[in-house]
Amino acid sequence: MRYADVNEDIVRSIVETGPKYYIALATAGGITLLCFFFPWFYQLYYGIGASGMHHPQVWGTYLAGFIFWIGLSHSGTLLSCVLLLTNSTWRKAMYRSAEAMTLFSLMVATTLVAVHLGRPWFIHWTLPYPNQMEMWPNFRSPLLFDVMAIGTYLTGSSVFIYMGSIPDFAAVRDRTAGWRNTMYTLLSLGWRGTDREWHRLHWAYTFLAVLIIPLAVSVHSIVSWDFAMSIVPALHQTIFAPYFVVGAIYSGTAGIVTVMFVLRKYMNFEQYITKVHFDNLGKLLLVLSLIWTYINAIELFTGWYSGTSTEHEALNYKLFGYYAWLYWEMILFCAVAPLLCIFRRFRTSLVPMLILSIAINIGMYTERFLIVGTSLSRKYLPDAWTVYVPSVVELSIILGSFALFTTLFLVFVKIFPSVSMYEVKETMDVPGTEPTAQPEGSSA
Amino acid sequence: MNILERFTDGWRKYRKPGYYREFDYHWAMTIDLDACTGCEACVTACKAENNLPIVGEKEFAKGREVQWIRIERYWEGEYPDVKLRFIPMLCQHCDAAPCETVCPVAATYHNQDGLNVQIYNRCIGTRSCAVYCPYEVRYFNYTDHHWDSPLDQQLNPDVTVREKGVMEKCTFCIQRIRQAKDHAKDDGRRRVRDGEVQPACVQTCPANALVFGDRKDPQSQVAKSMNDPRAYRVLEELNTDSSVVYLKKVDAKG
Repeated sequence: MRYADVNEDIVRSIVETGPKYYIALATAGGITLLCFFFPWFYQLYYGIGASGMHHPQVWGTYLAGFIFWIGLSHSGTLLSCVLLLTNSTWRKAMYRSAEAMTLFSLMVATTLVAVHLGRPWFIHWTLPYPNQMEMWPNFRSPLLFDVMAIGTYLTGSSVFIYMGSIPDFAAVRDRTAGWRNTMYTLLSLGWRGTDREWHRLHWAYTFLAVLIIPLAVSVHSIVSWDFAMSIVPALHQTIFAPYFVVGAIYSGTAGIVTVMFVLRKYMNFEQYITKVHFDNLGKLLLVLSLIWTYINAIELFTGWYSGTSTEHEALNYKLFGYYAWLYWEMILFCAVAPLLCIFRRFRTSLVPMLILSIAINIGMYTERFLIVGTSLSRKYLPDAWTVYVPSVVELSIILGSFALFTTLFLVFVKIFPSVSMYEVKETMDVPGTEPTAQPEGSSA
Repeated sequence: MNILERFTDGWRKYRKPGYYREFDYHWAMTIDLDACTGCEACVTACKAENNLPIVGEKEFAKGREVQWIRIERYWEGEYPDVKLRFIPMLCQHCDAAPCETVCPVAATYHNQDGLNVQIYNRCIGTRSCAVYCPYEVRYFNYTDHHWDSPLDQQLNPDVTVREKGVMEKCTFCIQRIRQAKDHAKDDGRRRVRDGEVQPACVQTCPANALVFGDRKDPQSQVAKSMNDPRAYRVLEELNTDSSVVYLKKVDAKG
């Protein structure tokens, strides 16, 4: 394979669009409109009463969805940044799409916050801007830490993905004409591919990668503190910060497996996304699953060990109460099923990995729902204990959020090169040398 | 005062330890569970005074009632030895309120009268204050409400009608407190005397189980009531420092 083949393949995936893509885009867009936006507009008109929430379960599937999508956003960070610092070569084909997943997950999560609010037209009051009311937001609030953290993460991720794509935009610019050429000329910011430019890009990219890793860890810790800083029995635990971060990376990695399968199949990337990638992602999933199981066991143990009646009641309810079937489904999908990744044959077979990754994400969404739903059911005063069942509007919006993500991602693959051309070329043999020679890295 | 003086005076005030506990009045309530019969007159009075929405039977069954004061019922034993314990539960106006810190837009705060205040037009409806409240006394408006005529003529003009998407809760009838303070100011700038202001629930209780007043005044009925040996606070172990004190019911068995 020549270097030029890489460019041609990826540029072709952007420029050539078949009817299947348009059908997929129309379907995703239609479902988004129907299942996400129309129910949301109904809820804006009618009030939060359109959902199934009631006293005391005032937090429901919207917030669970919000946390789930923030969790999925950790996919890009892990793949792109952490694996960059560990010098893994197998990340190079996938990280661009993973970073895009991060960005769009964050956007969907922010939209779900707006859906969750009682008066979302005032959401700008959470931002610290000088106003005539002389009111700042309440900086002591964990929800405000959220706003700051997610805002920073969104900004950082956007800059990160854009900056890393500049050489690829230039490659597409050099191979297209017409309106595409104009667009990519603007996007590539006059990239010429000189030595100095490559050096600076590499430095800036590594710098941002090092910055984004603690950012990602802190973002999900901060999101967990929405819960952990409360006094609700099942939520007020110090394990929440690591629990959420591990859960996020876990669900993000599973998300990457799903997206990689789809990309490989529908964009003809068989040469770039290979079984080696699935093998390595499978190993990661196994490790993360084991850590996640451990953390769950610790949560149960410390809750039991505390001896407080409220804690016992909350845990009992979680395991054996109304939602018990959801809890055990979560354990099956997230703790038991990924043990299949011990076997190399499983890890390298693509469709089973796809099914496993979807199962893991279903389990992870269930986990978020259980955190929100069961803990609020069993607070301190037994008179207030109730059961929460999500309404049709809520379920539709959650389903629609997946469609929204898919729509954004489908638009992404036609604008951004979804496989990083220059990094893939780094893994190839330099043409004209023996196959056993070390490939010379083109950028430091 | 010029700007420098305003700045330094304010700074000095906020740098004194315990400044946030120096209340102008410190409104408190005691509820005598021995006297309470669970008749729910206080619930009705509160609803009338504060324009509480009528959510309707269906919504009530779904758990969306708005009852700023509610009677909690706990059944004990099997028939025929059934016993019912009930306790009126309202916003405890905690001095260390969990709900105040979590609101991202500062729609709830502790005012200088020791009350936990909810600002309806600042609330954006995140409902995190309801999650953080251990007493479950915060109520959310899930829909817009309307009152069938002629109930719409019964609304109290001193109190707003909340729109959907905002959180509300017991205010210790702050509109009555405000009126009493205004009246006292007009009456020669004196302090509000004990018994001059009573929230709707306190005024209505037929058994006089509820006592309300300024606990900074050692001669007030509520201050004396709080020193009763039967006095306790609900969920005291959470250290919320509530302003509502309950007087334990003495069982016949002792």
